[in-house]
Formats: sequence, structure tokens, C-alpha cells
Amino acid sequence: MLTVKTPRRNAVAALFLLAAALAAPLSSTAQDSIKRGGTLVVGYPQAPRHLNGAVQSGVATAFPSTQLFASPLRFDDKWNPQPYLAEKWTLSDDGKSLTLNLRKGATFHDGKPITSADVAFSIMAIKANHPFQTMMGPVEKVDTPDAQTAIIRMGKPHPAIVLAMSPALCPILPKHVYGDGQDLKSHPRNSADVVGSGPFKLVEFKPGQRVVLERFEKFFLAGRPYLDRIVFDITPDASSLMLGFERGTMQMLPFVTIPSDLRRLADNPQVTLTPKGYEGIGPLNWLAFNLEKKPLADVRVRKAIAHAVDKNFVTKALMAGFSKPVDGPIVPSSPFAVTDLVRYPVDLKKAAALLDEAGFKPDANGERLKLTIDYVPGSDDQQKTVAEYVRAQLKKIGIAVEVRTSADLPAWAKRMAAHDFDLSMDIVFNWGDPIIGVHRTYLSSNIKPIVWTNTQSYVNPKVDELLDTAGSVLDPVKRKAYYATFQKIVTDDLPIHFLNVVPFHTAASKKLGNVPMTIWGPLSPYDEVYFK
Amino acid sequence: MRAVQFTLSRLLQGLALVLAVVVLNFVLVHAAPGDPVETIAGASGGMSEELKAALRVQYGLDKPLAAQLGVYLGKVAGGDLGYSYFFNLPVAGLIAERVPATLLLVITAVLGAFVIGTVLGVLSSRKPNGLLSQFINTLSLVGFAAPVFWTGIMLVILFASVLPIFPVSGMRAIDSAGASGFTDALDVLHHLVLPALTLGLVYLAQYSRLSRASMLDVLGSDFIRTARAKGLSNRVVLYKHALRNAVLPVVTILGLQFGNVMAGAILVETVFNWPGLGRLAFESVLRRDYPTILGVLLFSSIVVVVMNLLTDYCYRLIDPRIKTS
Repeated sequence: MLTVKTPRRNAVAALFLLAAALAAPLSSTAQDSIKRGGTLVVGYPQAPRHLNGAVQSGVATAFPSTQLFASPLRFDDKWNPQPYLAEKWTLSDDGKSLTLNLRKGATFHDGKPITSADVAFSIMAIKANHPFQTMMGPVEKVDTPDAQTAIIRMGKPHPAIVLAMSPALCPILPKHVYGDGQDLKSHPRNSADVVGSGPFKLVEFKPGQRVVLERFEKFFLAGRPYLDRIVFDITPDASSLMLGFERGTMQMLPFVTIPSDLRRLADNPQVTLTPKGYEGIGPLNWLAFNLEKKPLADVRVRKAIAHAVDKNFVTKALMAGFSKPVDGPIVPSSPFAVTDLVRYPVDLKKAAALLDEAGFKPDANGERLKLTIDYVPGSDDQQKTVAEYVRAQLKKIGIAVEVRTSADLPAWAKRMAAHDFDLSMDIVFNWGDPIIGVHRTYLSSNIKPIVWTNTQSYVNPKVDELLDTAGSVLDPVKRKAYYATFQKIVTDDLPIHFLNVVPFHTAASKKLGNVPMTIWGPLSPYDEVYFK
Repeated sequence: MRAVQFTLSRLLQGLALVLAVVVLNFVLVHAAPGDPVETIAGASGGMSEELKAALRVQYGLDKPLAAQLGVYLGKVAGGDLGYSYFFNLPVAGLIAERVPATLLLVITAVLGAFVIGTVLGVLSSRKPNGLLSQFINTLSLVGFAAPVFWTGIMLVILFASVLPIFPVSGMRAIDSAGASGFTDALDVLHHLVLPALTLGLVYLAQYSRLSRASMLDVLGSDFIRTARAKGLSNRVVLYKHALRNAVLPVVTILGLQFGNVMAGAILVETVFNWPGLGRLAFESVLRRDYPTILGVLLFSSIVVVVMNLLTDYCYRLIDPRIKTS
């Protein structure tokens, strides 16, 4: 039966891919009907600190930054790099240099030409200032043999370098503006008179309120962008966002996860609701174990807990079917994800047996041990409700769990940084390449008093070795093989019980054409977006 | 001479109060768990240890708390509120940008509540057991009992979703940039209706009840009987003789409550996405943006002190007896 089923499923998948390819926004038939003009209002709850994505990561800054600054490359919806500022690019056979051949005639918003010197300056600025230190870590220098050619030189083969050329990760800054010697993290031009070369230029930035951008008429891709203006409207209250969207004052809501909102949006005939566009970010919702705590140091206890949690209940009941269960450290949409993982189907008897084996026998009240669980505040649908569900489930196997509420994100982050937790829910992003977003959680060298490091205190020399190797192997097939072994080991060691993919969705008005659905989705340039 | 002395002593008191507020706020804000660098790291999706240490040094967070307080007080004395950790912009600028929105909201709400509340109170005091009085009474009770955020959300649902005549969010239409003065003013007024109503409703209820009670009290006194005996019309007795006396307690409450109104503005501004100081303060707390929180609190405490001073002046205007006492 199984042998019959598999090829058919593949055929269906192939058909879908074909359909997706036909519907791709770049097809010429679509371009004929594209209209120019209109103001797109995008609603989002978090305020960006400033607009310069070269020195500030995170979603809130990436929205405006990817519109303001062009990057060497961009990506389609299947992880293929596409020309952007660079017309051509070549990764050397030894993987230690990436040559970028820049487009001729491209200019910044202030009219000055973009040269290889700007690229060299930007990449070294990102290496020095961007929070993702592993991203440009191996870069040693950037050679500029001529104005149109930049060669990134690395100390060791660095397979993530091509992905690191993405709009959200590698904004090209004008050296004549940002290279004045001031500290780039607090540069005044990060918030005012921002000059980039992206499809839109800055009109107004009101901190904590909105960012207004307008079309850059001399954008290097002739004829684009189609929109006149983009407004990023910062509305912290989720229900205000929904009302604003339903009334039509906003036409796009990215990163929606709340099940009741998603249901309402899915039922709205005037709305396109899509989960596509979050493959690059790769958001995972998980239950982390603190391996420094005595009962949790025993893998049998961790496995017992895993067997008690029903991921299907979490995704189908708690998240109204908008989310999908996940079993490993790499999101299923990543090219490095594998299906050969150690899984933990719900089995309360087995869980109890594992606890017995570990020496945690029930007392007179049926209680075996006491634990606490933390969760990231401010994301109830992914975190709080799941933490409460975990508490209820663990009670069934004799583990009394106290849910610890943190007043706000800084309070929770402090607990994580201090390793002051037993169990904690967490949301962590893959950020495209495992080197950027996955390694940090499992390398024993990254056990630090900092949130979103290896706060689980997970140590496995074999995993350290696998990640180090996978981080410098160029051949994607070999690389994937290393990551496959890594994924199997991690799911067996279980420092983290992986629960589900965070169901980020983009809601857009049906009037909007070419809603961004590449791997970076709403964090990519909106030069092709238009109003029908 | 006496007025000058009065003003001076009040200003000194006010200054001491503001200083106490600054120190207390400083200690309280730093006592909250978590720190701004962790928050910035959080907004960035992770950050290296070196970068965090560099940020701590940049913000002076590596120094002991007492030293930080000393530096802060010195700066404030020189009129420098410092730089926002989060936005990397001068706090004074951030506050200045938000002040007009909050003042517009708070003053509209309070003055509206004061005028309408007093009128309602007077109206219902004319026939204390009449139908109108009962109606106003019930309304005030509901208005007083309902929490601001609940009223706000109910109004949002009613007017924004069911009967979409008022905007629910923001201070200006999103695509309004570059509108002319008059259109812009109309736009702002349109956006102001719901938040001002929400914030004003609680105070309206209080003022109407207070002025009603105080009117009833005054209406029973001898000088009113004298006025009526003189043959003055009911209108003159009510508005010229009674109201002028009855309004004093309302003014007292108004002055005292100004601080409360500023606090209520935080909720209203959050619900209606009104770009004011309250929202800035609330979000700055979540970001542990110490300089901004302290700046907003300092500004609010100054406003409250000034308002109390103004209330005292209003007393002297309304009731000449206070001048001599």
C-alpha cells in the first residue's frame, strides 16, 4: 500500500509545484494587467527602533529596511537566489570567495552611483554590527578590483554566504552617508534622511507610530515599483489591527497567528490569507528543558514529558488547525529538513513507565515530581495556552507543574538568561540557513547567560562536531546528510521538545496583486506589489 | 505681594515634589526585572555577548545604581532628558512630539466632562426626583462604574464595526499626509471623538453627581432663600447664585484628578492607538527604556504640579473669600 501511495503523493506535489510556477508573479501575462499607483498600508504591532537593517535584525526593522535598501541578491519562493543589485554572482570552488558583479547605472536615493566600495563597506559594517554574528563571521575582507565587482573573501568555506546576501540580511548602505566614522548602531541617519537604493524612499519616520515611504522613480529595475506609497502603521493592539484591516484602512497584515483572527480572516471573502512567505524565517514553537535541573537531566524524564504532550491537540484544537506539528529542530519548509527523526507519539502509559524507570515513583497523591513552566508573554495563542495545556497533560502522568507568568518580555528573557527555569515555552526562528538560526541552540560553546543561546545547557560533542562540519561543507547534498544525522541525534537526546511551526499568515486585501510570498515573504522588497 | 509669595511658595513645593518623583521613579523603574539590553536583543532575535556588553557601557548600565541616579539628576537639572535606549533619539524630542496629542485628548475630555457634567448636575438638581434626574443619575452611575478600557472597547465595537461613522484608531487618516490645515483639523477632530468620549465619560459621571449633590446642598441655604425672596428669576438664582458656589468642589476634584486623567489616558491611548504620551510611557515600560519612562513621568509630574497651581488660581477667581483667608 505504502509503495503505491508515495509516488502518487509525489505526483500531486509535482503538480502543485507546476501550478505554483505558472502562477509565479514574474510571468509576462501577469505584467500586462498591472496597474501603477495607490498607497499600501501595512499594519504591524511592533515598533522598529530605526530603519537600518544592517545593524538591527528583527522583523519590525526589516519591513521598512527591505524597501529602503537593496541587497546584492533576492530569493524566489523555492530558495533560489535571484539577481538584484548583483547581476551575476559566483561562489568559488573552495567556498572561500563570493564574487558579485554589480548592475551598471544603479543609484542611491540621493543620485550617487552604487559601487563595489559601498558593497565592501556594507558587508564589513554588517559583520561588525549585526546581531547575527555567525552570518558574516568567516568574512575577512571584501576586494574591489573595479567599481562593478566585489569579491567577498572568507577564512573558511561558508555555505551560508549566498543566503546572507538576502534583502533582510544584507542591506547595501551608501558609504558616503554611513561611512563618516560615527558608530553605525547609533548613527543619526538610521532614523532620519535614510538613503538606500531600494524601490522606495523615506518620506517620514515617526518613532512608534508609522513609517511612510514613496516610490523611488530612479529605481534600478525600470518600471518598478508599482505602488506610489507604502505606510507601515504601528498599531500595538491586535483587535485594532483587525478592525482597521476589516474596515479597509489597512490592506495587508503580515505575521498574524491568533486562531480567532485567522478564522475571521479565512471566512472573509475579500481577503487573501496565506501561510506562504515565512519559509526563510522558519519560526518554531517549542518546549525547552533545562538540562541543568536534576530531574530533567535524565533523558527518560524528558521523553516521558514528550510522550504526554499531544501535538495534534495543540495544532488542531488550540490553534484551530492553522498550524502544523513539527518534530525536529529545522522547519519542514527548509531544504535541510529531514523526516527521519525520533518521534514521541502520545502514550501516557509509556510516559509513566519511563518515569518509574527513572526512579520517580508516585507518592500517596499520585505525584511523582514538581516542575515549573515559563512562557514568552505577549503571544498567548502560541505560548500561554500551550503552557497551560502542558500543565494539564503532565498532571496525568504525575508531574505537578506550576505555570510561571512573566510580566513582560524583558522579565521572561532575564529568567532565560539566568537559566532560571525547569521547562519553558519558546519561539525561535531558523533564519534561513541553519548556521544563522539553528546552530546557536545546540552548540555547547554557546551555553551563555543570554536569551536564545543554548540556555538548555545541552552538551553533545558529536553534535558540536556535526554542526561545525555542516557549517563549512559546500556540497548541499553532503551538507544535508550532516544535518540529517544532527536532527536524528537531537530528537533522540531531546533537549527540546519541538511542537509546531508558528502559523504566521499574511492577510491581504483581494485588491492587492503579487502579495509577497517568496521565502522572505513580507520581509522582501514590495517592488512588484500592485493594486488591481 | 501676597500673590507673589503664594506663587513662590507653591513653586518651591512643586519643585521638591518633582525631585521626589524623579528619585522614586528612578528607583522603581530600575527595580523591575529585566533590562533594556535584553529587550533590544529580544527585538533583534538574539545578540552576541560582546555587543550586549558594549551596549551596557554605552548606556552607562555597567555603573552602580547610585552613580546612575547621580548622572541622571545632573543631566535633568541641566534640562537634558537623555537619549532613548530603544529609538536612539533624544527623549525630549520624543516627548515633544507626543505632547500635543495627549494634551488635546486630555483637555477635550476633562473640559467636556466638566462643562457637560456640571450642566447635567444642575439640570438634575432642579427636580431631584424628576424623570430627567433619574435618567442622569443612572447614566452617571453606569459611566462611573464602567472601566475606561471596557467603555473604549464597547465604543470601538459599536461605532467602528456596527455603525462605522468614527475612525477607531490613530489621530489622522493613514493616507492624510500633506492635507491642508482645515481638512487636517477636521480629520483630527473626527478621530478625537471616540477616545475623548471614552476618557471623558468617567469624569462626566463624577462631575455630574458631584455638582448635583453640591447644588442641592447650596440650594437649601439661606442666601438662596433671600435671592428668591428678592424676586429673582429661577434662572438667575440657579446659575448666578447657586452654581457659582456649587462649582467649587467640582473644580477641586478637577484639579486633583488631573493626574488620574493622565493615567486614564494610557489606557485610552492604547485602545485607540492615539499617538500620545500615555502610549509612549506604556510601551517604554515594556522596552525597559529607562530614559523615556523617566522623561514622561517627569513631564507628567510637572503637568500635575502646574495644574494644581492653576486650580488654586481658579479658586481665587471663583470665590473672592479665598483671597483674603
